[in-house]
Amino acid sequence: MSFGFVQGLITIVLMVLFVGIVVWAYSSRQKKRFDEASMLPFAEDDAQGDVRRKGENKDD
Amino acid sequence: MEQQQTYNYKVVRQFAIMTIVWGIVGMAVGVLIAAQLVWPQLNFEIPWLSYGRLRPLHTNAVIFAFGGSALFATSYYIVQRTCQTRLFSDGLAAFTFWGWQAVIVLAAITLPLGKTMAKEYAELEWPIAILIAVVWVAYAIVFFGTIMKRRVQHIYVANWFFGAYILTIALLHIVNNMSMPVTLFKSYSVYPGAMDAMVQWWYGHNAVGFFLTAAFLGMMYYFVPKQAGRPIYSYRLSVVHFWALISLYMWAGPHHLHYTALPDWVQSLGMVFSLMLLAPSWGGMINGIMTLSGAWHKLRDDPILKFLIVSLSFYGMSTFEGPMMSIKTVNALSHYTEWTIGHVHGGALGWVAMISIGALYALIPVLFGRERMYSIRLIEWHFWLSTIGVVLYIVSMWIAGVMQGLMWRAVNDDGTLTYSFVETLVHMYPYYTVRFLGGVVFLVGMFIMAYNVWKTISGARPAVQPIPQPAH
Repeated sequence: MSFGFVQGLITIVLMVLFVGIVVWAYSSRQKKRFDEASMLPFAEDDAQGDVRRKGENKDD
Repeated sequence: MEQQQTYNYKVVRQFAIMTIVWGIVGMAVGVLIAAQLVWPQLNFEIPWLSYGRLRPLHTNAVIFAFGGSALFATSYYIVQRTCQTRLFSDGLAAFTFWGWQAVIVLAAITLPLGKTMAKEYAELEWPIAILIAVVWVAYAIVFFGTIMKRRVQHIYVANWFFGAYILTIALLHIVNNMSMPVTLFKSYSVYPGAMDAMVQWWYGHNAVGFFLTAAFLGMMYYFVPKQAGRPIYSYRLSVVHFWALISLYMWAGPHHLHYTALPDWVQSLGMVFSLMLLAPSWGGMINGIMTLSGAWHKLRDDPILKFLIVSLSFYGMSTFEGPMMSIKTVNALSHYTEWTIGHVHGGALGWVAMISIGALYALIPVLFGRERMYSIRLIEWHFWLSTIGVVLYIVSMWIAGVMQGLMWRAVNDDGTLTYSFVETLVHMYPYYTVRFLGGVVFLVGMFIMAYNVWKTISGARPAVQPIPQPAH
Protein backbone atom coordinates (compact mmCIF):
# COMPACT_ATOMS: atom_id res chain seq x y z
CA MET A 1 0.00 0.00 0.00
CA SER A 2 1.47 3.29 -1.08
CA PHE A 3 1.37 6.46 1.00
CA GLY A 4 -1.01 8.04 -1.50
CA PHE A 5 -3.41 5.10 -1.22
CA VAL A 6 -3.48 5.39 2.57
CA GLN A 7 -4.12 9.12 2.30
CA GLY A 8 -7.04 8.49 -0.06
CA LEU A 9 -8.42 5.83 2.25
CA ILE A 10 -8.25 8.15 5.27
CA THR A 11 -10.04 10.86 3.30
CA ILE A 12 -12.87 8.49 2.43
CA VAL A 13 -13.14 7.14 5.98
CA LEU A 14 -13.35 10.68 7.37
CA MET A 15 -15.96 11.72 4.81
CA VAL A 16 -18.10 8.68 5.62
CA LEU A 17 -17.70 9.44 9.31
CA PHE A 18 -18.82 13.01 8.80
CA VAL A 19 -21.85 12.04 6.73
CA GLY A 20 -22.63 9.42 9.37
CA ILE A 21 -22.57 12.03 12.13
CA VAL A 22 -24.88 14.32 10.15
CA VAL A 23 -27.33 11.50 9.40
CA TRP A 24 -27.25 10.41 13.04
CA ALA A 25 -27.75 13.94 14.37
CA TYR A 26 -30.64 14.68 12.02
CA SER A 27 -32.37 11.31 12.34
CA SER A 28 -35.81 11.45 13.91
CA ARG A 29 -34.73 8.92 16.55
CA GLN A 30 -32.49 11.51 18.17
CA LYS A 31 -35.09 14.23 18.13
CA LYS A 32 -36.63 13.49 21.50
CA ARG A 33 -33.25 13.21 23.23
CA PHE A 34 -31.98 16.42 21.70
CA ASP A 35 -35.18 18.30 22.54
CA GLU A 36 -34.81 17.26 26.15
CA ALA A 37 -31.13 18.12 26.21
CA SER A 38 -31.73 21.55 24.69
CA MET A 39 -33.99 22.43 27.64
CA LEU A 40 -31.33 21.69 30.26
CA PRO A 41 -30.28 25.33 30.77
CA PHE A 42 -33.87 26.04 31.81
CA ALA A 43 -34.47 22.95 33.93
CA GLU A 44 -34.78 25.00 37.09
CA ASP A 45 -36.67 27.97 35.69
CA ASP A 46 -39.96 26.25 34.96
CA ALA A 47 -41.63 28.14 37.77
CA GLN A 48 -40.91 31.42 36.03
CA GLY A 49 -42.64 30.23 32.90
CA ASP A 50 -40.98 32.74 30.59
CA VAL A 51 -39.06 30.17 28.60
CA ARG A 52 -40.25 29.23 25.17
CA ARG A 53 -40.66 25.50 24.90
CA LYS A 54 -38.77 23.47 22.39
CA GLY A 55 -41.29 22.92 19.67
CA GLU A 56 -41.73 26.61 19.01
CA ASN A 57 -38.29 26.76 17.51
CA LYS A 58 -36.75 25.56 14.31
CA ASP A 59 -36.10 21.85 14.63
CA ASP A 60 -39.69 20.70 14.64
CA MET B 1 -31.59 9.92 52.60
CA GLU B 2 -29.50 12.93 51.66
CA GLN B 3 -29.75 16.45 53.02
CA GLN B 4 -30.39 19.41 50.78
CA GLN B 5 -27.32 19.87 48.61
CA THR B 6 -26.15 23.19 47.23
CA TYR B 7 -24.05 24.20 44.24
CA ASN B 8 -20.43 25.20 44.74
CA TYR B 9 -20.68 28.87 43.84
CA LYS B 10 -17.65 29.90 45.88
CA VAL B 11 -15.05 28.87 43.30
CA VAL B 12 -17.21 30.34 40.52
CA ARG B 13 -17.36 33.67 42.39
CA GLN B 14 -13.61 33.67 42.93
CA PHE B 15 -12.83 33.06 39.27
CA ALA B 16 -15.51 35.54 38.13
CA ILE B 17 -14.03 38.37 40.19
CA MET B 18 -10.48 37.55 39.12
CA THR B 19 -11.60 37.58 35.48
CA ILE B 20 -12.34 41.28 35.83
CA VAL B 21 -9.15 42.00 37.78
CA TRP B 22 -6.91 40.19 35.27
CA GLY B 23 -8.85 41.65 32.36
CA ILE B 24 -7.99 45.14 33.53
CA VAL B 25 -4.36 44.23 34.25
CA GLY B 26 -3.82 42.40 30.95
CA MET B 27 -5.53 45.04 28.83
CA ALA B 28 -3.69 47.84 30.65
CA VAL B 29 -0.37 46.20 29.76
CA GLY B 30 -1.66 45.96 26.18
CA VAL B 31 -2.45 49.67 26.17
CA LEU B 32 1.03 50.41 27.56
CA ILE B 33 2.84 48.46 24.84
CA ALA B 34 0.56 49.96 22.18
CA ALA B 35 1.65 53.36 23.50
CA GLN B 36 5.29 52.25 23.43
CA LEU B 37 4.98 51.64 19.69
CA VAL B 38 3.93 55.25 19.25
CA TRP B 39 6.19 56.73 21.96
CA PRO B 40 9.15 54.35 22.38
CA GLN B 41 10.53 56.35 25.30
CA LEU B 42 7.69 54.92 27.43
CA ASN B 43 9.93 51.96 28.26
CA PHE B 44 11.84 54.44 30.46
CA GLU B 45 15.05 52.57 29.55
CA ILE B 46 14.12 49.95 32.14
CA PRO B 47 14.65 46.40 30.82
CA TRP B 48 11.63 45.08 32.76
CA LEU B 49 9.39 47.51 30.90
CA SER B 50 10.79 46.86 27.44
CA TYR B 51 8.34 45.91 24.71
CA GLY B 52 9.84 42.47 24.11
CA ARG B 53 9.24 41.43 27.72
CA LEU B 54 5.88 43.09 28.25
CA ARG B 55 4.31 41.75 25.06
CA PRO B 56 4.29 38.11 26.26
CA LEU B 57 3.07 39.37 29.64
CA HIS B 58 0.15 41.03 27.85
CA THR B 59 -0.74 37.93 25.80
CA ASN B 60 -0.43 35.57 28.77
CA ALA B 61 -2.45 37.89 30.99
CA VAL B 62 -5.33 38.38 28.59
CA ILE B 63 -5.48 34.80 27.27
CA PHE B 64 -4.72 32.70 30.32
CA ALA B 65 -5.45 35.02 33.24
CA PHE B 66 -8.50 36.88 31.91
CA GLY B 67 -9.79 34.30 29.40
CA GLY B 68 -8.74 31.36 31.57
CA SER B 69 -10.45 32.68 34.70
CA ALA B 70 -13.59 33.39 32.67
CA LEU B 71 -13.56 29.80 31.41
CA PHE B 72 -12.98 28.28 34.84
CA ALA B 73 -15.84 30.35 36.24
CA THR B 74 -18.34 29.62 33.49
CA SER B 75 -17.42 25.96 32.99
CA TYR B 76 -17.73 25.26 36.73
CA TYR B 77 -21.06 27.09 36.79
CA ILE B 78 -22.50 25.52 33.64
CA VAL B 79 -21.40 21.97 34.44
CA GLN B 80 -23.08 22.16 37.84
CA ARG B 81 -26.29 23.73 36.61
CA THR B 82 -26.76 21.51 33.57
CA CYS B 83 -25.78 18.33 35.44
CA GLN B 84 -27.81 19.40 38.50
CA THR B 85 -25.12 18.31 40.88
CA ARG B 86 -22.40 19.91 43.00
CA LEU B 87 -18.81 20.01 41.73
CA PHE B 88 -17.02 16.70 42.10
CA SER B 89 -14.54 17.93 44.71
CA ASP B 90 -14.56 21.27 46.55
CA GLY B 91 -10.94 20.77 47.60
CA LEU B 92 -9.65 20.14 44.08
CA ALA B 93 -11.75 23.00 42.75
CA ALA B 94 -10.17 25.33 45.30
CA PHE B 95 -6.77 23.97 44.31
CA THR B 96 -7.42 24.87 40.67
CA PHE B 97 -8.28 28.41 41.72
CA TRP B 98 -5.22 29.02 43.88
CA GLY B 99 -2.95 27.05 41.53
CA TRP B 100 -4.07 29.05 38.52
CA GLN B 101 -3.59 32.34 40.38
CA ALA B 102 -0.09 31.19 41.38
CA VAL B 103 0.73 30.46 37.72
CA ILE B 104 -0.43 33.96 36.77
CA VAL B 105 1.62 35.64 39.48
CA LEU B 106 4.69 33.60 38.53
CA ALA B 107 4.20 34.61 34.91
CA ALA B 108 3.93 38.26 35.91
CA ILE B 109 7.26 37.95 37.74
CA THR B 110 9.30 35.83 35.34
CA LEU B 111 8.29 37.36 32.00
CA PRO B 112 9.44 40.93 32.80
CA LEU B 113 12.69 39.38 34.12
CA GLY B 114 13.19 37.92 30.65
CA LYS B 115 12.76 34.28 31.67
CA THR B 116 11.13 32.71 28.64
CA MET B 117 11.00 29.55 26.53
CA ALA B 118 10.53 31.89 23.53
CA LYS B 119 7.55 29.85 22.30
CA GLU B 120 4.60 32.08 21.56
CA TYR B 121 1.75 31.61 24.10
CA ALA B 122 3.93 28.98 25.80
CA GLU B 123 6.66 31.27 27.13
CA LEU B 124 6.57 30.13 30.74
CA GLU B 125 9.65 28.20 31.85
CA TRP B 126 9.52 24.57 32.85
CA PRO B 127 8.77 24.77 36.60
CA ILE B 128 5.72 26.93 35.85
CA ALA B 129 4.76 24.71 32.91
CA ILE B 130 4.72 21.72 35.28
CA LEU B 131 2.50 23.62 37.73
CA ILE B 132 0.12 24.41 34.85
CA ALA B 133 -0.03 20.71 33.94
CA VAL B 134 -0.82 19.73 37.56
CA VAL B 135 -3.56 22.37 37.87
CA TRP B 136 -4.99 21.32 34.53
CA VAL B 137 -5.19 17.66 35.52
CA ALA B 138 -7.03 18.72 38.69
CA TYR B 139 -9.38 20.79 36.50
CA ALA B 140 -10.08 17.75 34.31
CA ILE B 141 -10.81 15.58 37.37
CA VAL B 142 -13.23 18.16 38.80
CA PHE B 143 -14.97 18.72 35.47
CA PHE B 144 -15.32 15.13 34.29
CA GLY B 145 -15.98 13.93 37.83
CA THR B 146 -18.94 16.32 37.96
CA ILE B 147 -20.23 15.04 34.62
CA MET B 148 -19.94 11.46 35.84
CA LYS B 149 -22.10 12.13 38.88
CA ARG B 150 -24.69 14.15 36.96
CA ARG B 151 -28.32 13.69 37.90
CA VAL B 152 -29.75 14.20 34.47
CA GLN B 153 -29.54 11.80 31.58
CA HIS B 154 -28.05 14.07 28.93
CA ILE B 155 -24.74 15.88 28.76
CA TYR B 156 -25.62 19.37 27.56
CA VAL B 157 -23.75 20.48 24.42
CA ALA B 158 -21.86 23.25 26.27
CA ASN B 159 -20.21 20.57 28.39
CA TRP B 160 -19.04 18.75 25.26
CA PHE B 161 -17.24 21.87 24.14
CA PHE B 162 -15.73 22.43 27.60
CA GLY B 163 -14.71 18.76 27.79
CA ALA B 164 -12.96 18.88 24.41
CA TYR B 165 -11.16 22.05 25.45
CA ILE B 166 -9.93 20.61 28.74
CA LEU B 167 -8.65 17.37 27.17
CA THR B 168 -7.04 19.06 24.20
CA ILE B 169 -5.28 21.78 26.17
CA ALA B 170 -3.78 19.10 28.43
CA LEU B 171 -2.44 17.26 25.39
CA LEU B 172 -1.17 20.39 23.62
CA HIS B 173 0.45 21.86 26.69
CA ILE B 174 2.31 18.71 27.64
CA VAL B 175 3.55 17.88 24.13
CA ASN B 176 4.64 21.42 23.29
CA ASN B 177 6.43 21.95 26.61
CA MET B 178 8.59 18.83 26.38
CA SER B 179 11.98 20.32 27.15
CA MET B 180 15.34 19.64 28.72
CA PRO B 181 15.99 21.83 31.77
CA VAL B 182 19.54 23.11 32.21
CA THR B 183 18.94 25.42 35.17
CA LEU B 184 15.91 26.31 37.28
CA PHE B 185 14.81 28.90 34.75
CA LYS B 186 16.34 27.78 31.48
CA SER B 187 15.34 24.83 29.32
CA TYR B 188 15.58 23.79 25.70
CA SER B 189 12.87 22.21 23.58
CA VAL B 190 13.37 18.52 22.82
CA TYR B 191 12.30 19.04 19.20
CA PRO B 192 14.79 20.13 16.55
CA GLY B 193 14.44 22.90 13.96
CA ALA B 194 11.42 22.82 11.67
CA MET B 195 9.82 20.09 13.78
CA ASP B 196 9.95 22.38 16.80
CA ALA B 197 8.25 25.10 14.76
CA MET B 198 5.55 22.64 13.65
CA VAL B 199 4.90 21.41 17.20
CA GLN B 200 4.81 24.99 18.42
CA TRP B 201 2.17 26.05 15.87
CA TRP B 202 0.21 22.86 16.24
CA TYR B 203 0.03 23.99 19.85
CA GLY B 204 -0.35 27.67 19.01
CA HIS B 205 -3.25 27.37 16.63
CA ASN B 206 -5.06 24.83 18.76
CA ALA B 207 -4.69 27.19 21.70
CA VAL B 208 -6.75 29.48 19.48
CA GLY B 209 -9.04 26.65 18.35
CA PHE B 210 -9.73 24.99 21.68
CA PHE B 211 -8.93 27.58 24.35
CA LEU B 212 -10.19 30.70 22.59
CA THR B 213 -12.87 29.08 20.43
CA ALA B 214 -14.31 25.74 21.57
CA ALA B 215 -14.39 26.71 25.24
CA PHE B 216 -16.00 30.09 24.59
CA LEU B 217 -18.52 28.33 22.35
CA GLY B 218 -19.40 26.28 25.41
CA MET B 219 -20.06 29.59 27.17
CA MET B 220 -22.11 30.73 24.18
CA TYR B 221 -24.25 27.56 24.10
CA TYR B 222 -25.34 28.17 27.67
CA PHE B 223 -25.61 31.93 28.05
CA VAL B 224 -27.16 32.85 24.69
CA PRO B 225 -30.17 30.52 25.16
CA LYS B 226 -30.38 31.45 28.83
CA GLN B 227 -30.34 35.19 28.25
CA ALA B 228 -32.69 34.95 25.26
CA GLY B 229 -35.06 32.75 27.26
CA ARG B 230 -35.36 30.17 24.51
CA PRO B 231 -33.48 26.98 23.62
CA ILE B 232 -30.70 26.98 21.07
CA TYR B 233 -31.87 27.41 17.45
CA SER B 234 -30.92 23.87 16.47
CA TYR B 235 -29.52 21.33 18.88
CA ARG B 236 -28.77 19.00 15.96
CA LEU B 237 -26.67 21.66 14.31
CA SER B 238 -24.78 22.11 17.57
CA VAL B 239 -23.89 18.40 17.58
CA VAL B 240 -22.59 18.52 14.00
CA HIS B 241 -20.89 21.82 14.82
CA PHE B 242 -19.04 20.20 17.72
CA TRP B 243 -17.67 17.19 15.85
CA ALA B 244 -16.74 19.13 12.71
CA LEU B 245 -15.02 21.91 14.63
CA ILE B 246 -12.87 19.73 16.86
CA SER B 247 -11.79 17.40 14.07
CA LEU B 248 -10.79 20.21 11.68
CA TYR B 249 -8.98 22.58 14.06
CA MET B 250 -6.27 20.03 14.87
CA TRP B 251 -4.79 20.32 11.36
CA ALA B 252 -4.83 24.06 10.77
CA GLY B 253 -1.57 24.97 12.56
CA PRO B 254 0.80 24.90 9.56
CA HIS B 255 -0.79 28.07 8.14
CA HIS B 256 1.39 29.92 10.65
CA LEU B 257 4.44 28.64 8.77
CA HIS B 258 3.71 29.41 5.11
CA TYR B 259 6.84 29.91 3.00
CA THR B 260 9.14 28.56 5.71
CA ALA B 261 11.32 25.44 5.97
CA LEU B 262 8.17 23.41 6.69
CA PRO B 263 7.49 20.88 3.88
CA ASP B 264 5.30 22.38 1.19
CA TRP B 265 2.60 19.71 1.42
CA VAL B 266 2.21 20.37 5.14
CA GLN B 267 1.66 24.05 4.40
CA SER B 268 -1.00 23.19 1.81
CA LEU B 269 -2.64 20.76 4.23
CA GLY B 270 -2.82 23.50 6.86
CA MET B 271 -4.31 25.89 4.33
CA VAL B 272 -7.01 23.45 3.17
CA PHE B 273 -8.07 22.56 6.70
CA SER B 274 -8.15 26.24 7.62
CA LEU B 275 -10.44 26.94 4.66
CA MET B 276 -12.76 24.08 5.63
CA LEU B 277 -13.00 25.52 9.15
CA LEU B 278 -15.21 28.26 7.78
CA ALA B 279 -18.13 25.81 7.61
CA PRO B 280 -18.38 24.71 11.27
CA SER B 281 -17.41 28.19 12.48
CA TRP B 282 -20.25 29.83 10.63
CA GLY B 283 -22.57 26.98 11.54
CA GLY B 284 -21.94 27.78 15.18
CA MET B 285 -22.33 31.50 14.68
CA ILE B 286 -25.63 31.09 12.84
CA ASN B 287 -26.86 28.69 15.50
CA GLY B 288 -26.15 31.24 18.21
CA ILE B 289 -27.55 34.28 16.46
CA MET B 290 -30.66 32.52 15.13
CA THR B 291 -31.56 31.52 18.69
CA LEU B 292 -32.98 35.03 18.85
CA SER B 293 -35.17 34.45 15.80
CA GLY B 294 -38.65 35.63 16.66
CA ALA B 295 -37.36 37.53 19.66
CA TRP B 296 -35.15 40.14 18.06
CA HIS B 297 -36.80 42.87 20.12
CA LYS B 298 -34.93 41.56 23.15
CA LEU B 299 -31.76 42.82 21.53
CA ARG B 300 -33.05 46.37 21.78
CA ASP B 301 -33.58 46.39 25.53
CA ASP B 302 -31.00 43.99 26.87
CA PRO B 303 -27.35 45.12 26.70
CA ILE B 304 -26.19 41.72 27.97
CA LEU B 305 -27.77 40.09 24.95
CA LYS B 306 -26.13 42.77 22.79
CA PHE B 307 -22.74 41.74 24.15
CA LEU B 308 -23.44 38.08 23.39
CA ILE B 309 -24.83 38.56 19.90
CA VAL B 310 -22.28 41.16 18.78
CA SER B 311 -19.52 38.87 20.03
CA LEU B 312 -20.92 36.20 17.70
CA SER B 313 -20.81 38.68 14.85
CA PHE B 314 -17.15 39.37 15.55
CA TYR B 315 -16.63 35.61 15.76
CA GLY B 316 -18.15 35.23 12.31
CA MET B 317 -15.99 38.03 10.98
CA SER B 318 -12.76 36.62 12.41
CA THR B 319 -13.53 33.10 11.24
CA PHE B 320 -14.09 34.38 7.72
CA GLU B 321 -10.94 36.49 7.81
CA GLY B 322 -8.81 33.67 9.24
CA PRO B 323 -9.41 31.11 6.47
CA MET B 324 -8.89 33.87 3.93
CA MET B 325 -5.54 34.79 5.48
CA SER B 326 -4.49 31.14 5.51
CA ILE B 327 -4.56 31.06 1.68
CA LYS B 328 -0.89 31.07 0.75
CA THR B 329 -1.07 33.94 -1.72
CA VAL B 330 -3.02 36.11 0.72
CA ASN B 331 -0.65 35.10 3.48
CA ALA B 332 2.28 36.25 1.34
CA LEU B 333 0.87 39.75 1.79
CA SER B 334 -0.54 39.55 5.30
CA HIS B 335 2.06 37.56 7.24
CA TYR B 336 4.32 39.45 9.65
CA THR B 337 2.22 42.61 9.16
CA GLU B 338 -0.19 44.44 11.47
CA TRP B 339 -3.07 42.75 9.65
CA THR B 340 -2.39 39.64 11.74
CA ILE B 341 -2.56 41.76 14.90
CA GLY B 342 -5.88 43.20 13.75
CA HIS B 343 -7.22 39.71 13.02
CA VAL B 344 -6.19 38.40 16.43
CA HIS B 345 -7.82 41.31 18.25
CA GLY B 346 -11.02 41.03 16.24
CA GLY B 347 -11.20 37.55 17.73
CA ALA B 348 -9.75 38.30 21.16
CA LEU B 349 -11.57 41.56 21.95
CA GLY B 350 -14.61 41.17 19.71
CA TRP B 351 -15.35 37.51 20.36
CA VAL B 352 -13.56 36.24 23.48
CA ALA B 353 -13.71 39.36 25.63
CA MET B 354 -17.21 40.43 24.65
CA ILE B 355 -18.81 37.02 25.16
CA SER B 356 -17.04 36.72 28.52
CA ILE B 357 -18.21 40.17 29.56
CA GLY B 358 -21.78 39.33 28.55
CA ALA B 359 -21.63 36.03 30.42
CA LEU B 360 -20.23 37.72 33.55
CA TYR B 361 -22.97 40.35 33.55
CA ALA B 362 -25.49 37.50 33.49
CA LEU B 363 -23.62 35.45 36.07
CA ILE B 364 -22.56 37.91 38.76
CA PRO B 365 -26.06 38.83 40.00
CA VAL B 366 -26.89 35.11 40.25
CA LEU B 367 -23.72 34.35 42.21
CA PHE B 368 -24.29 37.15 44.68
CA GLY B 369 -28.03 36.73 45.11
CA ARG B 370 -28.99 39.96 43.35
CA GLU B 371 -31.92 40.46 41.03
CA ARG B 372 -29.78 42.15 38.39
CA MET B 373 -26.64 44.21 37.92
CA TYR B 374 -26.46 47.54 39.79
CA SER B 375 -26.86 49.58 36.61
CA ILE B 376 -28.18 48.45 33.23
CA ARG B 377 -27.28 51.87 31.79
CA LEU B 378 -23.64 51.31 32.63
CA ILE B 379 -23.74 47.94 30.84
CA GLU B 380 -25.11 49.79 27.83
CA TRP B 381 -22.21 52.25 28.08
CA HIS B 382 -19.75 49.40 28.39
CA PHE B 383 -21.23 47.73 25.33
CA TRP B 384 -20.80 50.79 23.13
CA LEU B 385 -17.32 51.57 24.41
CA SER B 386 -16.23 47.98 23.73
CA THR B 387 -17.70 47.98 20.25
CA ILE B 388 -16.15 51.32 19.31
CA GLY B 389 -12.82 50.26 20.83
CA VAL B 390 -12.67 47.01 18.84
CA VAL B 391 -13.66 48.71 15.59
CA LEU B 392 -11.02 51.42 16.00
CA TYR B 393 -8.46 48.75 16.75
CA ILE B 394 -9.13 46.38 13.87
CA VAL B 395 -9.76 48.99 11.19
CA SER B 396 -6.51 50.79 11.94
CA MET B 397 -4.59 47.51 11.90
CA TRP B 398 -6.17 46.41 8.62
CA ILE B 399 -5.09 49.60 6.90
CA ALA B 400 -1.66 49.52 8.51
CA GLY B 401 -1.15 45.86 7.67
CA VAL B 402 -2.13 46.01 4.03
CA MET B 403 -0.05 49.14 3.53
CA GLN B 404 2.91 47.51 5.27
CA GLY B 405 2.62 44.35 3.15
CA LEU B 406 2.40 46.31 -0.08
CA MET B 407 5.37 48.51 0.83
CA TRP B 408 7.50 45.55 1.83
CA ARG B 409 6.95 43.76 -1.44
CA ALA B 410 7.35 46.82 -3.69
CA VAL B 411 10.42 46.53 -5.91
CA ASN B 412 12.09 48.90 -8.35
CA ASP B 413 12.79 48.02 -11.98
CA ASP B 414 16.30 46.92 -11.08
CA GLY B 415 14.94 44.50 -8.45
CA THR B 416 15.94 46.50 -5.36
CA LEU B 417 13.39 47.19 -2.62
CA THR B 418 11.49 50.46 -3.04
CA TYR B 419 11.18 51.11 0.69
CA SER B 420 13.56 50.51 3.57
CA PHE B 421 12.02 49.00 6.69
CA VAL B 422 12.17 52.26 8.59
CA GLU B 423 10.30 54.05 5.82
CA THR B 424 7.41 51.62 6.23
CA LEU B 425 7.55 52.13 9.99
CA VAL B 426 7.16 55.89 9.67
CA HIS B 427 3.90 55.31 7.81
CA MET B 428 2.58 53.25 10.73
CA TYR B 429 2.45 56.06 13.29
CA PRO B 430 -1.07 57.37 12.63
CA TYR B 431 -2.49 53.83 12.74
CA TYR B 432 -0.55 52.92 15.87
CA THR B 433 -2.06 56.01 17.48
CA VAL B 434 -5.62 55.04 16.49
CA ARG B 435 -4.98 51.48 17.73
CA PHE B 436 -3.78 52.89 21.07
CA LEU B 437 -6.97 54.97 21.31
CA GLY B 438 -9.11 51.93 20.52
CA GLY B 439 -7.37 50.02 23.31
CA VAL B 440 -7.89 52.89 25.76
CA VAL B 441 -11.62 53.06 24.92
CA PHE B 442 -11.98 49.31 25.46
CA LEU B 443 -10.09 49.53 28.77
CA VAL B 444 -12.31 52.38 29.99
CA GLY B 445 -15.24 50.04 29.44
CA MET B 446 -13.58 47.46 31.68
CA PHE B 447 -13.24 50.02 34.48
CA ILE B 448 -16.93 50.83 34.14
CA MET B 449 -17.62 47.11 34.47
CA ALA B 450 -15.46 46.88 37.59
CA TYR B 451 -17.41 49.78 39.15
CA ASN B 452 -20.75 48.25 38.20
CA VAL B 453 -19.75 44.87 39.63
CA TRP B 454 -18.42 46.50 42.80
CA LYS B 455 -21.73 48.28 43.35
CA THR B 456 -23.64 45.07 42.62
CA ILE B 457 -21.80 42.86 45.06
CA SER B 458 -20.95 45.23 47.89
CA GLY B 459 -23.21 44.40 50.80
CA ALA B 460 -24.51 41.33 48.98
CA ARG B 461 -24.54 37.95 50.66
CA PRO B 462 -23.06 35.14 48.60
CA ALA B 463 -25.90 33.19 47.03
CA VAL B 464 -26.60 29.67 48.20
CA GLN B 465 -28.47 27.71 45.56
CA PRO B 466 -30.02 24.40 46.55
CA ILE B 467 -29.94 21.66 43.96
CA PRO B 468 -33.43 20.57 42.91
CA GLN B 469 -34.31 17.01 43.75
CA PRO B 470 -35.16 14.82 40.79
CA ALA B 471 -38.90 14.47 40.40
CA HIS B 472 -38.89 10.75 39.71
